[in-house]
Amino acid sequence: MKALMFGWEFPPHILGGLGTASYGLTKGMAENGNMEITFVIPKPHGDEDKSFANIIGACNTPIAWREADWDYVKSRIGNVMDPQLYFDLRSHIYADFNYMSVNDLGCIEFSGRYPDNLLEEINNYSIVAGVIARTVDFDIIHSHDWLTYPAGIHAKQVSGKPLVIHVHATDFDRSRGNVNPTVYGIERDGMLNADHIITVSNLTRRTVIEKYGIDPAKVTTVHNAVEPLREELKHLDVPKMKEKVVTFLGRITMQKGPEYFVEAAAKVLQKVHNVRFVMAGSGDMMEKMIDLAAQKDISDRFHFPGFQKGKQVYEMLKASDVYIMPSVSEPFGISPLEAMQMGVPSIISKQSGCAEILNHVIKTDFWDIDAMADAIYSIITYPAMYKQLHEEGLTEVDGIQWKKAGKKVIDIYNQLLNR
Amino acid sequence: MSAICLYFQIHQPFRLKRYRFFDIGNDHYYYDDFANEEIISKIAQHAYLPANELLLQMINDSNKKFKVAFSITGTAIEQFQQYVPEFIDSMKKLADTGCVEFVSETYSHSLASLTDEEEFRQQVEQHDKLIYELFGQKPKVFKNTEFVYNDEIAAQISAMGFKAVLTEGAKHILGWKSPNYVYSSAGAPKMKLLFRNSKLTDDIAMRFSDSSWHEYPLTADKYMAWIADCPKEEQIVNIALNYETLGENHPRATGIFDFFKALPRFAEQKGIEFWTPSEAVSKLKAVDVISVTHPISGADEARDVSAWLGNDLQNEAFHKLYSVAERVHLCSDRRLKQDWLYLQSSDHFFYMSTKHFSDGAAHAMFSPYESPYQAFTNYMNVLADFIVRVEEQYPLSIENEELNALLTTIKNQESEIEMLNKELRVLRTTIEQNENNAAEAKAAEKPAAKKPTTTRKTATKRTTTKKTDK
Repeated sequence: MKALMFGWEFPPHILGGLGTASYGLTKGMAENGNMEITFVIPKPHGDEDKSFANIIGACNTPIAWREADWDYVKSRIGNVMDPQLYFDLRSHIYADFNYMSVNDLGCIEFSGRYPDNLLEEINNYSIVAGVIARTVDFDIIHSHDWLTYPAGIHAKQVSGKPLVIHVHATDFDRSRGNVNPTVYGIERDGMLNADHIITVSNLTRRTVIEKYGIDPAKVTTVHNAVEPLREELKHLDVPKMKEKVVTFLGRITMQKGPEYFVEAAAKVLQKVHNVRFVMAGSGDMMEKMIDLAAQKDISDRFHFPGFQKGKQVYEMLKASDVYIMPSVSEPFGISPLEAMQMGVPSIISKQSGCAEILNHVIKTDFWDIDAMADAIYSIITYPAMYKQLHEEGLTEVDGIQWKKAGKKVIDIYNQLLNR
Repeated sequence: MSAICLYFQIHQPFRLKRYRFFDIGNDHYYYDDFANEEIISKIAQHAYLPANELLLQMINDSNKKFKVAFSITGTAIEQFQQYVPEFIDSMKKLADTGCVEFVSETYSHSLASLTDEEEFRQQVEQHDKLIYELFGQKPKVFKNTEFVYNDEIAAQISAMGFKAVLTEGAKHILGWKSPNYVYSSAGAPKMKLLFRNSKLTDDIAMRFSDSSWHEYPLTADKYMAWIADCPKEEQIVNIALNYETLGENHPRATGIFDFFKALPRFAEQKGIEFWTPSEAVSKLKAVDVISVTHPISGADEARDVSAWLGNDLQNEAFHKLYSVAERVHLCSDRRLKQDWLYLQSSDHFFYMSTKHFSDGAAHAMFSPYESPYQAFTNYMNVLADFIVRVEEQYPLSIENEELNALLTTIKNQESEIEMLNKELRVLRTTIEQNENNAAEAKAAEKPAAKKPTTTRKTATKRTTTKKTDK
C-alpha cells in the first residue's frame, strides 16, 4: 500500500513531540511490511533517516516553471532530493504561481518552524501539496496535526483518494480553553473533510467529538508508543546523588501545570529533608515558578537548570528517583514513557492521554497536590514502592511499541479502502 | 454419597481512610467509618439478614435436618455490633436451633499463621472467646483465613486443641484424590482434614447467575443430582461459600434464595443428609494422610498465597507490620492492640496485588483503591504512624531481649512491692490490735495509764526506721 503523509517536523530537527510521534509511527508502519510511504515536510536538512520513507521537502518542490539543467539542480538540492524527482514535480505544476515569491528553482522558501507568519506558511504548504499529489502515486493521504490539514484536503481534492487526519493535539490543549478561532477553523475544516480521524488518546477523541462536533463513528484512538532506548543511553554513567531527586522535564507553561509541582514539593519538604526538586525546561511561566518557590521558602531545595537537550535529558532522568508530569491537559505525553525506559518511577496526571495505557505509574488529578505529595513521599520513603514501579515500569514500557500502533493505522487504511 | 457439609464465611475488614504522609504522627485514627458503615449495612440488607431468615425457615421446615456451619471474623462481628446490631440477634436465634456450628477463625482474618505463631494463637483464642460470649459455643473445627494451610500450620492448630481443619481442595495437592473424603494431616496425624469441593462451590459462588454457562440455569434438582451421582463410597461434600453469595453477589432476582430453599427437599429425595463439620469428623474415618509443604489457599487460579504476598509491595508491607509484633505483644495500650488487629486483615494486602492488570478481576472488584500503588502508599503511611506509636511506648533503640529483661525486673519488683505492702498491712493490723488490746486493758484499770502506750508506739516506729537504714 502506498501512503502520502504530510508532516511538519521530522527528527533529528524537532521542536516538540509532534516530530517524534510522526517519525515513530511511520517507522512502525514500515516495520509491518508492504508499506510505501512518502513523507512531505516543509524543510528537510538531508540528515533525516530515509530508510523507511521517501522524504520530499516542500521547499524543494517547484510551483513555477524555471529552466534548469540536471547538474545545476543536483548542485543546488542534490543533498536532499533526487534531481529526477525535481523534474517530475516540475512537469506537474498545475497553475501559474509566478506572482508568488519563488527562488531560482521555482520553489517557495519554508522555515519549517513555527514563525509569526505561520498561517501564510501553512497556505504555501498546501499549494505545494497540489503539485506533489499530482506527481506521486499513492492510495491514501495521512495528515499529521492541524498545520498540514489544508495540504491533506487539497491532495484529496486533486486525487480523490481518502484522507486520514492524525490529531496529535487540539487548540483546546494548547490554550486551556481560550481557542484561537482561526486555528479552530482550520482544525474543524480538516476534521469535516477527513474520511477518518485518528486521535492519540481517548481524551483527545472526546475533545474532537464534543468540541468540534464530529461523528464518533469516524474517530478512532491509536495511542502513541515509544522508540526502544538506544544502547549507549542504557549504560549512562551518572554520579548518584546522596539525596533523592524528583524531576519535572518539559516546557514550563500553563499546559504542563508546573505550579502544582512546586506546591507538592513544599508539602513534601515539610516532612522530609533529604530530597531535591528539579524543574528542567524553559517557558513563559519560569520566572513565576522561581518566585513561587521562593515564596514557599524552598528555593534551597528547588532547582531550575534550564532547557535540556539530547543526551542531557537522559542524564537528568538517570539521576532522578521520581519523574513527575502534572499536566493540566496532555493529549498524550511521551516523556513519562521515556522516564520509565530509564527505570524512573513516574507520577502523571489523570488528565494525560498516556494515563489511559499505563498501569505501573501513579496517577493523580493535576490539582490534587496532596495526592501528588503523598505519591512522591511514598516512592522516596518505601523501597518496595520504588522497586516495584522501577521493574514493572520497565517491563510495561517495553511492550508499548510503534509497530503495534502502526498495525492499527494500517487496519484503518484497509477499512477505508475496503480491502 | 451420604452427606453435605455447608459452610458460610462472613468477614468485613476495617477499611482505611485516605491517610496522607503528613498525617503521620498527628492523626491516630485510621478507619473510613463512612465506607465501613455503608458497605456492611448494604450487604446486611441485601444478603445477611434475609439469608438468616431463610436459613431459619429451612431449619424449621426440615425438622432440624438442615444444618449449617458459620465462620465469622471478629472484625465483622465488631462492625455488626456497631452498625447492624439486629444481625447479631438474628444470628443468636439461628444458633439457638442447635443446627448451627461455629467454626474457628483468626480474629481479623489475618495471615498471622504464615509468620507469627504466637500472634496466630492469640487471635484464634480471642476469636473463639468472642464466639463463646455471643453464641455459647466453643468451636472445635478450624478454618484458616482464606483456607491458608500447610503442615506447619496444621501442627499449630492441633496444638491449640482442634480436631479438624477445613481447607481448599487444591488440585496440585490432591492430584487424583477426591476432596470428598476425610483425610488426616501429615503435620499433625491426629487431626482430620476436610477439603472444600471447589467445583461444586464455584458452581454456586461464581457461575450461578452466569447465563453464558452451559449448565445455566442451575436448579436445586440438578445440583443435588450432581452430588448424588458422585461415587457411592465417597463420604462428604464440603461446600464453603461467602455469605454474601446469597443476595449480594447473586442478587435476589437471580433466584438464589429459592435455589437454597429447595435444597433440603431434593436432598431428602436423594437420601443425602446435611451434617455439621463436627458430625462429619466424628462419624468418618480418615482414609489417607495428606502432606502440604507450601501454603495453599482458596484464592485465584494458583491457589497459593500469591494473592496477598505475590509482589514486592505486599511483602514489604507484610514484613514491616510483623517486625513490630513482639513489641506490640509487650504493650498493654488497648487502642494500640485494637489497631494492631485491624491492620492485620488480609484484605489490605489483597488490595496491593498487581495481578489484576493481567487477570483476576476479583482484586480490582473488591478494592476501595484506584490502584495497588495507592493501596500500598496509604497502608504504609498508616503503618508508619502505628509504628511511631509503638515506639513511643518502647523506643526501638532498646533490644527486645533487654526490654524483656527490664520488663521482668519491673514486674518482679512490682510483685515484691505488693508482697511487702501486704506484710506491712499484716504487721500494722497486729500492732493496732495489740494497742487496742492494751488500751482496753488499761482503760479497764486506770484512765491515767495512757502515757506509757504512746512511748511504746514511738519505740516501734524507731525500730522500723532502723531496719530500712540497714
